Amino acid sequence: MSNDTHQIPNYIAIFWWLLGLTLVELGWAVLMEHSKLLLASGLVITAVVKAVLVAMYFMHLKMERKLLGILFASTLILGAILVSVGIGEQVLPRP
Amino acid sequence: MTEAAAITFDPHVDEDRTSTGIPHDKMGMWVFLCSEVMFFTGLIGSYIVLRFGSVWPEPRHTLNIGLTAANTFILICSSVTMVKALEWIQRGDPRKMKLFMVLTLLGGTTFLGVQVFEYHHLLHHGFNPHVSLFGSTFFTMTGFHGFHVFCGVVCIAWCTGKAFLGKYTPEHHQGIETLGLYWHFVDLVWIILFAIVYLF
Repeated sequence: MSNDTHQIPNYIAIFWWLLGLTLVELGWAVLMEHSKLLLASGLVITAVVKAVLVAMYFMHLKMERKLLGILFASTLILGAILVSVGIGEQVLPRP
Repeated sequence: MTEAAAITFDPHVDEDRTSTGIPHDKMGMWVFLCSEVMFFTGLIGSYIVLRFGSVWPEPRHTLNIGLTAANTFILICSSVTMVKALEWIQRGDPRKMKLFMVLTLLGGTTFLGVQVFEYHHLLHHGFNPHVSLFGSTFFTMTGFHGFHVFCGVVCIAWCTGKAFLGKYTPEHHQGIETLGLYWHFVDLVWIILFAIVYLF
């Protein structure tokens, strides 16, 4: 790691969070199977939280230099814009 | 010869840090992972756009959610063992590092084995890339992710071999960290794929 003096995170605690959120996802998928909007909202939130936990603690972005976070976040933002434009094309009414 | 043309690369210059203060191989891996974000964004974005624009079957009627949830658990566990391997070599315990590398290898191999079993089962029951848009996008996305896991498993096997040969020390273990970044990214992508392809 670039910052050799940082504290090592509690990886087992992160693991329990990831496991718990996966179980929440599964439960949500069963409970909300008839409401696609609520299902999608819940799944996106839990998936994003899990992905952030992996990136911040397992990939050490929390302890790394900000440059790496900016580099990674910029591609994520660009990707999110591209996906949003694609969804907008399908969902929004055409003139 | 001009002055500019005389500038040559000297391999003996020990420059182990970039101007950013981040080791070269780690920086290279991050740049590669950024390109991978765009690659998977293309796949996931296409899947979402196609799904919104057409009639789509319920994934749970075709896919085995329980089996894949268990496989997701295995991949998360392998991500934990990978980061623990790094932690133990940093703490100066190569024996535990080797143990966790082997466990990571086992986790990755099991994930691939379950995915092969799932593919075999689905293909045997007539669900293939030709049958529907869902079939083609499912096999494209999970197939590319599976290929990434396969590449990761090969690299983990290589690094585990190097670990048993005593190539990693508390001072020199950049290979473990760089490989770990790739492995966690593969885990991260699966977290998104599991939610979008299997549960939604």
